[in-house]
Amino acid sequence: MSVDSRFTHKIWNEVELSKMVEGGIPFPMLSDQGGRIGTVYGVYDEAAGVNIRGRFLIDPDGVIQAMEVLTAPVGRNPEELIRQIRAYQHVRETGEATPSGWTPGAKTLKPGPDLVGKVWEVWQPE
Amino acid sequence: MPEVDSCVQAAAGPLIEEAAVPDRVPLTGKEKQKMTVARVGKQASDFETSAYVAGEGFKNIKLSNYRGQWVVICFYPGDFTFV
Repeated sequence: MSVDSRFTHKIWNEVELSKMVEGGIPFPMLSDQGGRIGTVYGVYDEAAGVNIRGRFLIDPDGVIQAMEVLTAPVGRNPEELIRQIRAYQHVRETGEATPSGWTPGAKTLKPGPDLVGKVWEVWQPE
Repeated sequence: MPEVDSCVQAAAGPLIEEAAVPDRVPLTGKEKQKMTVARVGKQASDFETSAYVAGEGFKNIKLSNYRGQWVVICFYPGDFTFV
């Protein structure tokens, strides 16, 4: 989502993005002209008149589970986004907690009185 | 929404409970906060806006229509920028 119109989105997708991603961007390109939605999400830069790089992960109940906001010159890491989606989906399905850097199949934690002070026994950073 | 896809088409934008956006009455601090703060663990503010969808053309997208699915919203500074 950016402050560009849906017309600009179409041409950008056709003349440039489709040359980097086969078939073009496979999801809706949303228009936020005036930055009204960005304002509500806290990512609209009034001085520049654009939305800054904000990413929000929303669960099936409509609750924001994760957010990341970057200034313009540094791009995002899609692999980390996908890792977070998998982790949140796992948490939602199992009620377990996923430690730092967790990927599917790796050790999870079951928080409770017995685990206090003993995380080191069951989990170590890689 | 109108059937004709003209150049100027008002999208609904943020869909905030009416009580939170009283017409011409200055917002209280609490109401402003309700409008502008996105927080983890809190409900994402609903919105409806126009979009381009490859293969489908122009359509309106409403966040709350995606209930039941995982959704990622990515804001970025602009089309034809570099990063």
